[in-house]
Amino acid sequence: MTATPLNNVNMVQAIAMALDDAMEIDASVVALGEDIADAQGGGVFRCTAGLSTKYGDARVRSTPIAEQAIMGAAIGAAIGGLRPVAEIMLMNFMTVGMDQIVNHAAKLRFMTGGQTHVPLTVRTATGAGFGTGGQHADYLEAWFAHTAGLKVVAPSTPADAYGLLLSCIFDDDPCIFIENLPLYFVPGAPPVRGVRLPLGRARVTRQGSDVTLISYSRTMLEAQAAADALARDGISVEVVDLRSIAPLDMGTLLASVAKTGRAVVAHEAQVDCGIGAEIASRLHRELFGRLKAPVARVGAARSPVPFSKALETEFLPTQARITAAVLETMTP
Amino acid sequence: MNEPLSIPDRATLHEIYRLATLIKHADDRFIELIKAGRIASPYYSPRGQELIPAAISVSLLASDVVVTTYRGIHDQLAKGIPLKPFVAEFMGKLTGTCKGKGGPMHITHVASGLPVTTGIVGSGLPIANGLAWAAQLRKTGQVTVCNFGDGATNIGAFHEALNLASVWKLPVVFVCQNNGYAEHTKYEFGTSSRTIADRAVAYGMQGVTVDGNDAIEMYGAARAAIERARAGEGPTLLEAMTFRFRGHLLGDDGHYIPKAEFEAAVAADPLPRYRAWLLAQGHATEGQLAAIEAANESAFEEAVAFGLDSPFPPVSELSTDVIAMESAS
Repeated sequence: MTATPLNNVNMVQAIAMALDDAMEIDASVVALGEDIADAQGGGVFRCTAGLSTKYGDARVRSTPIAEQAIMGAAIGAAIGGLRPVAEIMLMNFMTVGMDQIVNHAAKLRFMTGGQTHVPLTVRTATGAGFGTGGQHADYLEAWFAHTAGLKVVAPSTPADAYGLLLSCIFDDDPCIFIENLPLYFVPGAPPVRGVRLPLGRARVTRQGSDVTLISYSRTMLEAQAAADALARDGISVEVVDLRSIAPLDMGTLLASVAKTGRAVVAHEAQVDCGIGAEIASRLHRELFGRLKAPVARVGAARSPVPFSKALETEFLPTQARITAAVLETMTP
Repeated sequence: MNEPLSIPDRATLHEIYRLATLIKHADDRFIELIKAGRIASPYYSPRGQELIPAAISVSLLASDVVVTTYRGIHDQLAKGIPLKPFVAEFMGKLTGTCKGKGGPMHITHVASGLPVTTGIVGSGLPIANGLAWAAQLRKTGQVTVCNFGDGATNIGAFHEALNLASVWKLPVVFVCQNNGYAEHTKYEFGTSSRTIADRAVAYGMQGVTVDGNDAIEMYGAARAAIERARAGEGPTLLEAMTFRFRGHLLGDDGHYIPKAEFEAAVAADPLPRYRAWLLAQGHATEGQLAAIEAANESAFEEAVAFGLDSPFPPVSELSTDVIAMESAS
């Protein structure tokens, strides 16, 4: 492993590397999903490009457009001794396979008294910004985090995507791995090949003393930009990238908010009943009396993802809205 | 089915009888125990469908896999689930196959080749494909038998699963136990095709309809489908015609079943019919069959006593097996 120049790997490449490395070291790792084999183009976002050529069509299988069949096959294969990585092209299509995920993948370990488990990774992409409208861009992570038995991961950088995807693949529980469409093409530092990043660990990406700003996935870009701008105005924002949504790294969050006394949670999912609500509740419970302001939440509007650019911009948790929420917690 | 039916050897005929009567005995006793308040659970009786899994399982290897549903005790007993943990699971006891955390609708016993039992109609089929895919990739030679009812053939998962199994040529036998009723809805009110087997045509799959209440016919069709799967020739949709004597759910009075239909079915009860046939054909003596029945009863009563004496799971089981222990926090 030679030193590589910084910021020369994007998330598509990082994911492809993780899949390649996992398949290389463990013959039980298999992949399935719509159009993922090279004969079909190596995946609509090309995250699986080259894999079927290298590892064969038996291990890297393109499927019909049939999410129940994909999820069921992945679950059965996982119980049958494999480590499948299922690609559900877009997160909204997860709804089609929801019975398999919620009633089976999540629960079989418990319902069989630990006789079986489902070492399955579901990769799925989402995110507004490409004008795909109401059925192709939802953030549904709270649905999955609300289901006991599932782990939910949402990286914001290529290096995190690599290390977390490896961990998901080799984890013995079902993991929902959320990829963001606009983030696919944002370059970042290259991952350290072969090194897994533990699930359930947040990362402080910027130290600060006035407010803790908690985010994940693409909204991290808006959060970091907001923190940079606020720093120029003399407001010191500590930024925490959650990375794992379930399990939540409350240790890191509590340590940071105990220090700053203020918190803002920002995510692309709508605010109501979102992950921000869970985090805010836990922070209030643990730090009640030590908080200098109520925990603020920023997220999408309570509406389907709109098509029109004019509406889409208003719908999203922009840097301006995150900044406003931070300033609100600073206002006595 | 124009070919003459080949009759299996005497030991196989006796084994089919042993399994079918064990299922009937278990069903009778579970209902008594529930009515007596010794078991608290909803219960979906398979009474009338016993011969189907009994005649299938004699052609399966111990390493083969059976997926079934909430109406599944016949499939589980036929696959050879040990009685004590099976009965204890019904009672929600710690000594049950699933430590009392699955219950009658979700009896699972991996060691017996019963890795998945689902309470969701139709959901077993896509998972059976995955088990078969794993066997195909790992070259284990295992066959997966997936059981479901006629009602399950109207849900999307059935169609997605049959299509995928056919495209991937998976070693699966899909067994539709067609008892004529989807919950309370009679076949023709909810199902558009003339038969369930007809639906196989749409997926380029072999579809066969057999009398599931005829042990010999069922045995022959199942054996052929299992052999095809094992030989790598792909899946089969096997439709076993049968009848459900005790309704959808225990307590169901069957008011939606025409009286004449019900009486005709009871008069043709496959179990006494099979017993009489074994005797008439000289395949068994009265003494042999009585001995099988007595052995079933005493083994089952031992399991009931074991279950009743077993402890309930401790509260710590609520937080056990939710996720892997090493990652629990």
